[in-house]
Amino acid sequence: MVELGVELAGVRLSKPLILASGIVGVSAATLKRAAKGGAGAVTMKSIGPEPRSGHPNPTVLEWECGLVNAVGLSNPGMEEGAKDLAAAVKMVKAPVIGSFFAKDVAGFGDVAAKLAEAKPAMLEANLSCPNTMRESGVPFAYEPEHAAEAVKAVKGRVSGIPLIAKLSPNTHLLKEVAKAVEAAGADVINMGNTLGPGMIINLEARKPVLANKAGGVSGPAIRPIAVRCVWDVYEAVKIPVIGTGGVCSGRDALEMMMAGATAVGIGSAVAGGGFKVFGKISKEMEEWMGKNGFSSAKELIGIAHR
Amino acid sequence: MRMAKILEVREENPRIKTLILELGMKAVPGQFAMVWVPGMNEKPFSLSGCVEGKAWVTVAKVGAFSERLHQMKAGEQVGIRGPFGNGFKMKGEKVAVVGGGCGSAPLGFLVDELRKAGKKVDFVVGAKTKGELFFVERARNAGAEVVVCTDDGSDGRKGFTTDALAELLGKEKLDCVYTCGPEMMMKKVVGICGEKGVECQASLERFMKCGFGVCGQCAIDGMLVCRDGPVFDGKKIAKMKEFGSLRRDACGKEMRS
Repeated sequence: MVELGVELAGVRLSKPLILASGIVGVSAATLKRAAKGGAGAVTMKSIGPEPRSGHPNPTVLEWECGLVNAVGLSNPGMEEGAKDLAAAVKMVKAPVIGSFFAKDVAGFGDVAAKLAEAKPAMLEANLSCPNTMRESGVPFAYEPEHAAEAVKAVKGRVSGIPLIAKLSPNTHLLKEVAKAVEAAGADVINMGNTLGPGMIINLEARKPVLANKAGGVSGPAIRPIAVRCVWDVYEAVKIPVIGTGGVCSGRDALEMMMAGATAVGIGSAVAGGGFKVFGKISKEMEEWMGKNGFSSAKELIGIAHR
Repeated sequence: MRMAKILEVREENPRIKTLILELGMKAVPGQFAMVWVPGMNEKPFSLSGCVEGKAWVTVAKVGAFSERLHQMKAGEQVGIRGPFGNGFKMKGEKVAVVGGGCGSAPLGFLVDELRKAGKKVDFVVGAKTKGELFFVERARNAGAEVVVCTDDGSDGRKGFTTDALAELLGKEKLDCVYTCGPEMMMKKVVGICGEKGVECQASLERFMKCGFGVCGQCAIDGMLVCRDGPVFDGKKIAKMKEFGSLRRDACGKEMRS
């Protein structure tokens, strides 16, 4: 028997696969379905202080090697969001992660405090959305001091719920950012958000297709970059890392864990595999582990560093 | 995203136009496509036809985007993603198709295909008033028995499509009922079919963003209208708590109806 269960900041995951924020997680019912599909934990869509309708369509496009998206953090605001999160916590058996964002440090504290009322298993500070820069400026996760300030603001308002800091691959200061959020009190790092932003231009229309013009790149195309980022962060900090970026198969997930991830975020793969993709990936992990003499997924974490 | 040239614009009635696009795609009735106007927006539309390298999109004028589509002329282009979703499944030999308001858009296509497959089709089509009906002639030409219902009695019988359907089901045994239209009408159709033990399929609508099951915006009871639907089986719909009572806006905020 192969044991896939892992622990993240004291929270037990039956499988090391986490539904990433912004993927199908608009309601308790969709989160429940992802958990039934085999996710070890599920993340609700990022909630901000105020309701936002996000960018106009097109917001998500498929291309040859993944997706590009600029949904623009559409969300019902923290009052409604906290209710949705509470419903999800009640309905879903797997741990539910409450993701949130704000455009200023104080806002991070406010939304975190509101969502904490719903008692999610973990909170995730989305410090790294690349799609709202025109209004919100450069994401917090690009600079060590900014990232640390946001984490401190949350930690000052919420205790007793582990905090995940979701970082970005789009910074040359990644190790410094990782160390800064760890020092500021983050319990886990999610590495990380989409790459870019990128752009797709339609030749016949002679225009960028996304309404926001640019959008975060995800899917298989970014996996090698995500793996390297996880590797770097694992070396820089002691807190556990969630590896997110382009994982579609059991082998991809195992690679992420070998780079240092304790758990693996799944996002774009849902486009191809639907809700059942989690079950498929964990089955593939088990098969490989069985054949290669591993009895627990924990043995794989960071093995490539040794 | 593919750009498609508009070959022809047909005025179905003062509020509804059909754009016939030069576009080779394989689609079945009930599937939808995302239609993009560069620099403006992109919205989902049921395909109202798909034959011989042409795809049809039938658009009701309801807001700025559909108004822009109504202004478009032959020779102009729109962007298309799709076809997406699951369409209607052909079942049995004697069927009824129930359309209300703009919901008839995919049903003209469905009636065509059902007749091509040799099914006996009753098309019950309703609108507020005579001027808002469309695809009535199309369905007659395809060989369907058409029952027209208007709220004001300006054409056909005065009253609701659901009453006409109940009457039909009282007279003869049908193998399947297909429906698209206002949610309250579809809810009634699903209910009537459930009572009579007749199979039913309905095409649902929710606010959509990605169109292929990633963003979750169009969720209804954990199902994704874009990927698990838009056509759902009546038995599944009857179990949906949000059907006929709750939808989400562009923010994802719940709205009760």
